[in-house]
Amino acid sequence: MVTPHRVLVCHETPCVARGAVGLHAAFRREIDRLGLDHVSLEISGCHGHGLCSQGPSVVVEPSGFFYNGIQPPDAEVIVREHLSGGRPVQHLFHRDPVTGRTAARYADVDFFRRQRRVALRNCGRINPEKIEHYVDRGGYGALQLVLSTMRPEDVIELVEDSGLRGRGGAGFPTGRKWRFARRSSSDVKYVVCNADEGNPGAFTDRSVLEGDPHAVVEGMIIAGYAVGARRGYLYIRAEYPLAVRRVQKAIEDARDKGFLGSDLLGSGFSFDLEIKEGAGAFVCGEETALLASIQSRRGMPRPRPPFPTDVGLGGKPTVINNVKTLAFVPVIVDRGPGWFSSLGTPQSAGTAVFALTGNIRYSGLVEVPMGTPLAEIIDIGGGIPDGRKVKAVHTGGPAGGSLPADRLDAPVDYEALQELGSTMGSGGMLVLDEDACMVDVARFFMDFACSESCGQCAPCRLGTGQMVRILTRIATGRGAREDLVLLREVADTVKHASLCGLGQTCSNPVLATLEYFKEEYLAHIREGKCPLGVCEVRASVRPGEQGREFQPGGLPAGGVGANLKGGCP
Amino acid sequence: MDKQGFGGPSEDGERTAWYERQIDWDAVGDRQESADYEEDIDWDAVEEKVDEIINEYDGDSGALIEVLHEVQELVGYLPQRVQVRVADRLGLSVSEVYSVVTFYSLFSLKPKGENHITVCKGTACYVRGAAQLIEELENQLGISVGDTTSDGKFSLEVVRCLGACGLGPVAMVNNEDVFARITVDQVSDMLQQYED
Repeated sequence: MVTPHRVLVCHETPCVARGAVGLHAAFRREIDRLGLDHVSLEISGCHGHGLCSQGPSVVVEPSGFFYNGIQPPDAEVIVREHLSGGRPVQHLFHRDPVTGRTAARYADVDFFRRQRRVALRNCGRINPEKIEHYVDRGGYGALQLVLSTMRPEDVIELVEDSGLRGRGGAGFPTGRKWRFARRSSSDVKYVVCNADEGNPGAFTDRSVLEGDPHAVVEGMIIAGYAVGARRGYLYIRAEYPLAVRRVQKAIEDARDKGFLGSDLLGSGFSFDLEIKEGAGAFVCGEETALLASIQSRRGMPRPRPPFPTDVGLGGKPTVINNVKTLAFVPVIVDRGPGWFSSLGTPQSAGTAVFALTGNIRYSGLVEVPMGTPLAEIIDIGGGIPDGRKVKAVHTGGPAGGSLPADRLDAPVDYEALQELGSTMGSGGMLVLDEDACMVDVARFFMDFACSESCGQCAPCRLGTGQMVRILTRIATGRGAREDLVLLREVADTVKHASLCGLGQTCSNPVLATLEYFKEEYLAHIREGKCPLGVCEVRASVRPGEQGREFQPGGLPAGGVGANLKGGCP
Repeated sequence: MDKQGFGGPSEDGERTAWYERQIDWDAVGDRQESADYEEDIDWDAVEEKVDEIINEYDGDSGALIEVLHEVQELVGYLPQRVQVRVADRLGLSVSEVYSVVTFYSLFSLKPKGENHITVCKGTACYVRGAAQLIEELENQLGISVGDTTSDGKFSLEVVRCLGACGLGPVAMVNNEDVFARITVDQVSDMLQQYED
């Protein structure tokens, strides 16, 4: 009897862009032509985390042979030699572009070997569109355990014990949030998955949704059971059509299998899910704005309290958790809270998932235990290409900060990063080499914050615009020393006076660069230009800049909220 | 599972009645000034389809964003006249609909070109030269970001992150064809593919 083989062709956005669909078809043709009954051909989520730029990638299970960067003619060779003849095709194995070393198996690739994949446990190992694959790997086992043996309070206690904190960025203890919602007295409650991953340069949530949607669905059902909700919503960015499709399929399949619907697995507990698509507004990642958007209103945040766990959707108690937070829940139930908390630091339990991008050899997803030093993550990413040196690492996107090379011993941990003026964020990690201009980086993020400000409160609406103006002045060599004082003053005001998280954190990139890279600001002012020549090139081409004059002290043309459509200075 | 909204017609019933008493909606629709590209639109057919879409959501005002997504899919953008229709049928004021349309960047008040180019300006693409790429596209097409060429062939839009950071800078045409690691030199070749 021949061992059954499973060929997994990555069908995530980057691999599809590099020809994965044609490759899949070539495999299909050749497998059919040779009549190989022992081979099943599947699509998968991303298994090339970190190797996306070299796809399309293919894994042959059960042994995990790893082919990367192959073309349709190569598929014929692999089918003939490996799947039919039993001889893996060495020259098509993944080859490290730097060392030139080949790695036969998935697990041998340095990039994966040094990771600890918990949230990403199934990504690339299963076909995300087949619920059986998820179930084969223990999926929905946690749900069955919860429904048959645990009371809702037990689930909350277990999550509290695990030390799980929100992976959306703020790091609020998940168990405590669930407890608040549980305590709120109401006949109707909701669970919402925040999948509005608008942070430029972060794609961790997309990868989980595309690669392992059932993990999120299962996490949501367990959350619903714990807090007493019967209905949940996934708020997904409309810019992620593949994720929307995969999650939709997962919901339907889960419903068919009795994991969603009424009286789940005979427990008497009923729960169902629905997708709500966003429409392109970064601020909707803020939880109260998200709630407004789900209800088809402008995504305007409101002051808290009352917190959504008391007053959420339709005025009812609502728990809002990030994608990765929910994906952790089934594993925590399966393996126990002690196992999870032992993975990280005392304050920050478990693992952290980062989308590693910028001037780094392997762009992609990295999952490491909390407490891992930033420098080690860069090392896992293969370091900086072309023999250059790292200048800064920026985590947390528009809400985060850039840390200089001499602070890269800092551990990945909510408090440690915050103390240094950065933040964990929701998963973006941008690596910058010595050719990057830090004033330009600050201006990029401030420009982003300005155009995404909802325009509701004055500090954020006007302050972000003023900071863009000052930064542009400095970047183009027209700045004065007093501008730095003014910049800090505006940044502090926006930070302390804004209504929501977007405004309160958007000064961080400016404040962190002023702290660690002040000399670069001074050099722009002293020399009357960007010392690295970066700012001039980019100054002329910012979208939304052409033909619009900012009205000092007044509203941008179009009134409140016009910031969103490019009304920034 | 039935779609479930928040708010909905029952909550807004009284308000709807008020608007219906005050405004002759058909007259409002007729008075809109139409742009050149709107002359060929068969408004009756469009409005009939819009009504169908809204009926699918039972006229629930809590489904406004979903309705707008579908209507934009149908028409290609959201003309004023259609917004008035949507407002009318969902029992909302036109200003409420307009405020949502202008808040979200995926909703467009202008038609897109036959070939819609989106360029990613996420962090990773930015540090790898997305800004220069955008400038080159603007120069070659002779339009600014957010606009459509006068022959209606191309429109250009900048998005914040397509989530394909490893391939940056990335451009996408018609939400299908992905151009990875695209350089300024490759722009004319890329456009050429869509010329005919």
